[in-house]
Amino acid sequence: MAKLTIDGIEVEVPNGASVLQACEAAGKEIPRFCYHERLSVAGNCRMCLVEVEKAPKPIASCSYPVAEGMKVFTDTAMVRNARRGVMEFLLINHPLDCPICDQGGECDLQDQAMSYGNDSSRYKEPKRSVKDKYVGPLIKTIMNRCIHCTRCVRFASEVAGVPEMGATGRGESMEIGTYVEKALSSELSGNLIDLCPVGALTSRPYAFVSRPWELRKTDSVDVMDATGAAIRVDVRNSEVLRILPRVNDDVNEEWIGDRSRFSFDGLKRKRLDRPWVRRDGKLVPASWPEAFSAIVQGARGKTIGAIAGDTVEAESLFALKAMLAAMGSTNLDCRQDGAKIDTSRPDYYLFNSGIAGIEQADAIVILGSNPRVEAPVINARIRKRWVAGGLRIGVVGPETDLTYPVTQLGTAPRDLIKAAEFLAGAKNPMVILGRGALARHDGAAVLAAAWDLAKEAGALREDWHGFNLLHLFGGQVGALDLGFVPGEGGQDMAAMLAGGVDALWLLGADGFDAARISAGTFVIYQGHHGEAAAGRADVILPGAAYTEKDGTWVNTEGRVQRGRMAVPPPGEAREDWRIIRAASQFLGVTLPFDTLEALRMEMAAAHPIFARLDQGPLAGCTDDAGPTAGGTLVVGAAPFALPIANYWQVDPISRASATMAECAVTYLKPQPMLAAE
Amino acid sequence: MSGVMGVGGGFEGTHAIGKAEAEEPTHFAFSEDSEAQIARIVARYPAGRQASAVIATLYIAQKQMGLQTGSAWVPRVAMDAVAARLGMPPMRVYEVVTFYFMFNTKPIGKFHLQVCGTTPCWLRGSDDVLRACKDAGHLKGYGDTSADGIFTMTEVECLGGCVNAPVLQVDDDYYEDMDYESTVKLLEALKRGERPTPGSVIGRQTSAPEGGPMVLTGSEE
Repeated sequence: MAKLTIDGIEVEVPNGASVLQACEAAGKEIPRFCYHERLSVAGNCRMCLVEVEKAPKPIASCSYPVAEGMKVFTDTAMVRNARRGVMEFLLINHPLDCPICDQGGECDLQDQAMSYGNDSSRYKEPKRSVKDKYVGPLIKTIMNRCIHCTRCVRFASEVAGVPEMGATGRGESMEIGTYVEKALSSELSGNLIDLCPVGALTSRPYAFVSRPWELRKTDSVDVMDATGAAIRVDVRNSEVLRILPRVNDDVNEEWIGDRSRFSFDGLKRKRLDRPWVRRDGKLVPASWPEAFSAIVQGARGKTIGAIAGDTVEAESLFALKAMLAAMGSTNLDCRQDGAKIDTSRPDYYLFNSGIAGIEQADAIVILGSNPRVEAPVINARIRKRWVAGGLRIGVVGPETDLTYPVTQLGTAPRDLIKAAEFLAGAKNPMVILGRGALARHDGAAVLAAAWDLAKEAGALREDWHGFNLLHLFGGQVGALDLGFVPGEGGQDMAAMLAGGVDALWLLGADGFDAARISAGTFVIYQGHHGEAAAGRADVILPGAAYTEKDGTWVNTEGRVQRGRMAVPPPGEAREDWRIIRAASQFLGVTLPFDTLEALRMEMAAAHPIFARLDQGPLAGCTDDAGPTAGGTLVVGAAPFALPIANYWQVDPISRASATMAECAVTYLKPQPMLAAE
Repeated sequence: MSGVMGVGGGFEGTHAIGKAEAEEPTHFAFSEDSEAQIARIVARYPAGRQASAVIATLYIAQKQMGLQTGSAWVPRVAMDAVAARLGMPPMRVYEVVTFYFMFNTKPIGKFHLQVCGTTPCWLRGSDDVLRACKDAGHLKGYGDTSADGIFTMTEVECLGGCVNAPVLQVDDDYYEDMDYESTVKLLEALKRGERPTPGSVIGRQTSAPEGGPMVLTGSEE
């Protein structure tokens, strides 16, 4: 630790910290453009100049290490003058187009120019002009505005692991770009928009849409993948205009994947905004009472079952489960992919090490998963750990580019033997099992084998739990926590689809082929998007998407998080738990809660995990007995198949999104060079 | 927007050499000879640090292009080949290529005339050298390639040959103490396929005074 004074305030910071960090510890704000706490230090914008006693000239605080007894001054005439000079240089080539710039109002350069800029320019010479670059369908570039901070270059090569951006040319001719016209091949590319301190990289779908001060901001959580990233939903009137990440160091740091950020335009298309009832083989618009009456006719007194979708919040799942229980049914399933998950103990289906726990691992084996598309932010965490050094990573499954080097150990479950050798000797070994690896006929055996692998490698200790299941969507773990699986004597999904039930309630369940539903089954579809399952339905109940309701979601590590309503559901659509509550009344099994609070109280009483908000997984494993799921306990020879081939279109919202469709076209079918706008 | 070009000064030309519609080759592979040179250079660096050899490797690629096509430049496929050979991201190679003016990113003529116009050469008559290059090489100015594809002329900054100024660099060779006539003579010789001996064209011994040594000649006065 080093003791130093900042403007007379004494602070103690670790050796090796920068002066800028010490200044922040003292509560002094230092202006900066190139410095970013999650990227390497570049020290090229010079905005963070401070004065240090006995130093002959101002120093760049971001790249200057602290020393014992140092006296730093952040607000002297010298500092102000130096920063004013730097700002004047930065503004030489920066266009004065703030009125038409999308960054306007949330621009670091604009803000800092207010503090350190001159009121008028002394520069009379022509400004340089730079051709705009094409870096993909998500990012709009206006390279005249670039101040060469190189945050984007460092993010691409350090965090995203796609070293495709760089600075070409030199001096006056230096330009930031990819040199070859190509879309940045990253699922995290949207984060460049947040990182860019000026308006050089802005959101293409958000171009000329709104100003930050017109937006209502709602903190929520993302459900598009199982990471449970913290997001902020920006809304004007009742339209979601953009989604940005929030900082949550335990989960997403400050990144989110492109699907989480850009697929919201799918919330405006193909929506179910009123109830529909099938009459004479045709779906016709109906009122809510008509829809409920149709349900009473079709389902009352019959065998009923329910299948839950992948992004449904816990409240409506709990309500649906309670309603079916009241009707005497335990035919429940939330595993649309048919994954053989053992719900007898939470740590059999959680990412037990925790996302932040990845940084303690020293050997990782990834089984049947491509975390880069299944959870890009978690993949970035693994990469971050790899960059820090001392981590070896093995893969059993198809060969993919994970943005870090891996040892390919095999492709089929039987290659787990090699994985055991690979993990041997590691202090904190981690097994990451993809949910897709369980969605096969020998899934239960794979689960047991993966658990045994972790056990043999010494990953199941009281101080370390190295068994991890990586789920695919934000609602999957919550459903498992609620036990939304066949109860005693209940049918599973396959049995229900095969005609085991007379009536089938699909709660946002779009993840399977609707043609599998037996012909005679009465189908109730409750959800927000009209896809194949809704087309098969006899009654459609319009529900709310994740931005349109207060809900509880559980991420892959078992973290219970609350999402908040940013906009009301469209048209006659309602929050899902209310729909189920109303239906229960019609069906004569009125549920005992009238408010969300009452529902949550009951839910927490029945499942105490839901009272543990925003907490990570329990540390360590106290019982290393493995899953005892039934079925054949011999793993097959068939190679693992990956569940997601197209990152951009995997759920009803992203499938309805025009932005995601454009991404799929751009990234999956390489096109000849696309011209920049 | 002439002002925009003007700000960049003489640097602009070096990367805009040749015809605008330069046709990119679709394939590049190191020749056996180049491969041997690269292996020798890579061996100078510790294992895992082979990317340090990027500048030398690029220059080898550029020379190979000169030998094979008569135009010493680095097409993008060659940059990619260098990146693959040295195990580095292609973008890092593009950055190096575009940073250094010794690499031509567009095709150039058979001979690369590099006229030094920095102060010592300019004081000693580099304007005459430039004029001679334009006249004898049929060049319009800096950055131009002659219609017959024999010469490309670029302006370079100090070549470090100030004592024998003005200097004209042809590919890797320095021709020193140039004036209008000697430049014309040199270009005519190059056109005939000859390669005059590099060095001072007035017979100066290294960088000794004109007319031979003046001091420490052995004779006591």
